[in-house]
Amino acid sequence: MADKTTLARQFIEAIPHARALGLALTKIGEGEAEITLPYNADLVGDPRTGVIHGGAVSTILDTCCGAAVMSHPSAPGGTATIDLRIDYMRAATPGQTITARANCYHITRNVAFVRATAMDEDKDKPVATATGSFTVEAK
Amino acid sequence: MPRARPEPVQVVKQRRDAALRALVEGVPYMRFLNISFDRRGDELTGVLNFDEKLIGNPFLPAIHGGVTAAFLEVTAVITLSWENLFSRIESGEIDAEDIATNRSIRFPKTIDFTVDYLRSGLPRDAYARAFVSRSGRRYASVRVEAWQDNHARPFAQSTGHFLMPQPAAAKD
Repeated sequence: MADKTTLARQFIEAIPHARALGLALTKIGEGEAEITLPYNADLVGDPRTGVIHGGAVSTILDTCCGAAVMSHPSAPGGTATIDLRIDYMRAATPGQTITARANCYHITRNVAFVRATAMDEDKDKPVATATGSFTVEAK
Repeated sequence: MPRARPEPVQVVKQRRDAALRALVEGVPYMRFLNISFDRRGDELTGVLNFDEKLIGNPFLPAIHGGVTAAFLEVTAVITLSWENLFSRIESGEIDAEDIATNRSIRFPKTIDFTVDYLRSGLPRDAYARAFVSRSGRRYASVRVEAWQDNHARPFAQSTGHFLMPQPAAAKD
């Protein structure tokens, strides 16, 4: 299924805002996705610390959740976010790439339920977690 | 004793606008998304100035859900800071210069943020207003709504909790 991965990568990387952030899809399939966000000084939320703004973390989590839904074997087509909650555990370390992993753990005909985690290079302590519900759209 | 004459309008506007600019301009991510703020008295409206790079779904097209979340969060944080600092700005205790340089003046930290997506964000400017439901010494709860053409038809709403910046420990 390498084709599906390539297709999904092209799809995500064709989103104008994903491109503006430099998002890269690194894994996809069976309702799971992984996306990376490289450190970028334009995304800093507090110039005194150099920490990336929470909004950019929300964006990578939202994109990753959407990709996980679309990769689910029971998802026929596109998706849109209904609701997304983000919990911020700590500031991401300046200079480090942020990696988001999402898992679409349940899907019905109309709704997909997703959990995601954002990490920097310290894989023991998450930066943020997300839980969301997404629409399931016909092909 | 006669009451003091009110300050000239230019002095009031200059003080408030300079303080707001100092709060907003230092943040690279707000420049990246091109978010600005309109001020009427102490009331702020966030403005997300549309650009093609904010698009998340090129087929509709629609604004990226992450951009919408970020816009609402930025509006919540700036409004909360503004309400928190306003009396100190008005009394002359702090000014724009302090906001830009004083390291003890910090933004509240987001604890959690929940966004309801009500409609897709159209490819045009968006507006947001935050309402501070409660602001305590440590925690604050804020509600935000965002709209485009018609204020009565919001395209997103959210609630979030924030950790307020703590004053430096008092010295004996």
